[in-house]
Amino acid sequence: MLYAKKQPGANVVVRGARVLDPVEGVDAVLDVRIDNGTIAAIGEGLDTNEHRVVDATGLVLAPAFIDPHVHLRTPGREDEETIASGTQAAAAGGFCTILAMPNTDPVVDSAATLGALVETAGREAEVSVGFLAAITRGQRGDQLTEMAELADAGAIAFSDDGVPVASAGMMRRALQYSSITGRKLALHCEEQSLSHDGHVHEGAVAAELGFAGYPSIAESVMVERDLALAGYEGQPIHLLHLSSVESVAALRRARAQGIAASGEVTPHHLVLTDEAVRSLDPNVKMNPPLRGEADRVALLEALRDGTIECIATDHAPHALHEKDVPFEAAPFGVTGLETAFAVLYSRLVQPGLLPLETLVERMSAGPARVFGIDRPRVAVGAKANLALLDLEREWDVDPNAFRSRSRNSWLLGARLTGAVAMTIANGAVAFEA
Amino acid sequence: MTSIRLVRDDLRPPGPPPRRHLLSVADLTRDDVQRLLSTARTFESALDREVKKLPTLKGRLVVNLFYESSTRTSSSFELAAKRLSADTLTIKSAGSSVDKGESLKDTAQTLGAYDPDVIVIRHPQIGAPQLVSRVTEAHVVNAGDGKHQHPTQALLDLYTMQQQFERLEGLHVAVVGDVLHSRVARSLLQAFELVGVRCTLVGPPALLPRGLGAEMTTDIDVIKDADVVYVLRMQQERMESGANYVPSLREYAARWGVTPDRLRPGQKVMHPGPMNRGVEIDPRVADSVDALVETQVRSGLVIRMAVLYDVLTGGPVGVRALAAAEVA
Repeated sequence: MLYAKKQPGANVVVRGARVLDPVEGVDAVLDVRIDNGTIAAIGEGLDTNEHRVVDATGLVLAPAFIDPHVHLRTPGREDEETIASGTQAAAAGGFCTILAMPNTDPVVDSAATLGALVETAGREAEVSVGFLAAITRGQRGDQLTEMAELADAGAIAFSDDGVPVASAGMMRRALQYSSITGRKLALHCEEQSLSHDGHVHEGAVAAELGFAGYPSIAESVMVERDLALAGYEGQPIHLLHLSSVESVAALRRARAQGIAASGEVTPHHLVLTDEAVRSLDPNVKMNPPLRGEADRVALLEALRDGTIECIATDHAPHALHEKDVPFEAAPFGVTGLETAFAVLYSRLVQPGLLPLETLVERMSAGPARVFGIDRPRVAVGAKANLALLDLEREWDVDPNAFRSRSRNSWLLGARLTGAVAMTIANGAVAFEA
Repeated sequence: MTSIRLVRDDLRPPGPPPRRHLLSVADLTRDDVQRLLSTARTFESALDREVKKLPTLKGRLVVNLFYESSTRTSSSFELAAKRLSADTLTIKSAGSSVDKGESLKDTAQTLGAYDPDVIVIRHPQIGAPQLVSRVTEAHVVNAGDGKHQHPTQALLDLYTMQQQFERLEGLHVAVVGDVLHSRVARSLLQAFELVGVRCTLVGPPALLPRGLGAEMTTDIDVIKDADVVYVLRMQQERMESGANYVPSLREYAARWGVTPDRLRPGQKVMHPGPMNRGVEIDPRVADSVDALVETQVRSGLVIRMAVLYDVLTGGPVGVRALAAAEVA
């Protein structure tokens, strides 16, 4: 279900890092020795075994991150991102695994299309990639994809992300049929008769600027519908890019009732509100839109208490000329792979709003659990999937420095604290600063 | 871990020192508004002369870039520039490269190559003037961007009211109609706030936007209490079947149309034009002596002269300054 190019396993000793794996219960200054891509020893004063030695004094060694929501734009818009460029960007952001959404051109709705991606990933992917396949053919909402064959061909989950499954009946059939595959449905919740033509969260900012409002209930009524259907069918679902206080409340309630639902939140929804839209910068335009402060606070609380189990960038590359237009004409979406950890560390961990341990868990073990992926861990015998983090380093987000082919980041020019010094993915060094 | 606060101070890198634009009423101070109104008054007195042209902006280039149909605004910007002796170039989207799919950025940069001093832009999309200000070196004046802003309309309306009532502070204006889709209403609200005009928004529920933070009612009878009834254009293109903002224009006219019996005798009525007679405004109201519609158009000319002058010179203009400009 995960694909990457074959690379020889690294032989490295990471010396003197603060080893932090909240799930393993490790937080101590230790050496970690990696033999042929597998963690062979953890302890003090380890022999180098003639391995390369990385002096990690003052740095943090954590499980590498998993991003469950990335748009690789391949096939169809390779000018915006490719499997190679997207996975290089992921490596630079400390990710060892990313999951790619199927809303490409053509849509990933057949084993043939999926097979070509799997093959390319085997040649090009710097970190592991899992591919989601569509729930409905062409994401048109009227005919299920051949889910069993897609699962056999390697689909890790199913999603019509970008658009909702509009019909409740279709959603029910998808829940029923996908159960035979053991793969989850990952749902973009948007009632389009409510969000219709909306560019900006319905509230004071949209009213003042004149934008048609995209109300938070456009998300939450669909969240409520899908939770009800999931409960009725007894099937698990994952809710993509949650943005509103009402959606969070619905998810919390459903989980308390025993419905197997999980959720994710993006860095931009955790850090920004619709106030940022006053700039009319197309790089703060995304779907779902930035919402109000009460929504932001509710998302952060849900992330802290575990109601929301994972952070997802919703990395959505767009060509420069497509974003260099009036706000209203710009497509939805922003990039995020290369800034996710740093912006959350700077804006949430440093001010004391989120413990570092929680951030690491929600960026690594959380998404692994939701999608049934082996959890990256700092433990003897585990495949090395590690992020070496420099929490002291300050850096400026430079549009020319992105590995991504696109630069539609909401953080251009921002100063961030916390940088990825090295990423080891699937046993190999995938990135070094 | 108790306080959760918003940090959003560094979205953009620091840019070059700001050029003077008029993009939104939100960017203006009360002093700016007073200065523009008094500049307009100065220009108005000059227009009473036999030769109406002033040499003030001689040698300057004003480009009017209009992506939406417009009679009033485009003609008054063009005439304003000409009355100030500026060169003008008016580009309408129909018949230009825009028809060939040229992007706004490319069109703006192409025109920017002529080094215009001012680009006046009207565009159906919110944020278009901001884009032009990013990609050219010109001073940019927003002549209407989508449902967002139409700052010179708000200024000319203030000017009209001030001429009529000899004050602004304490006036009460009822704004009636499709507030949701109206850039005029949005600009007016901010302008009213700056100068101390009380405003009541009146219209059907779905056309009064949530979160605007203004006094709002669906009850048309309240307009009788206002000094001015400001009637918004019912944008018929937005009322297509299926949208259901109102069940029909017929019911809208019956419920919210401004008719003689909904007004006090002598009550002043304004409208930004173009009017839909028989929909939002009864023809008897439109043609009455209390309708200030033509005054608004005349105000538009002097306000736009004042705006062009102001963005280019950046200072207050008194009679003396004007006289000096005439000598030069």
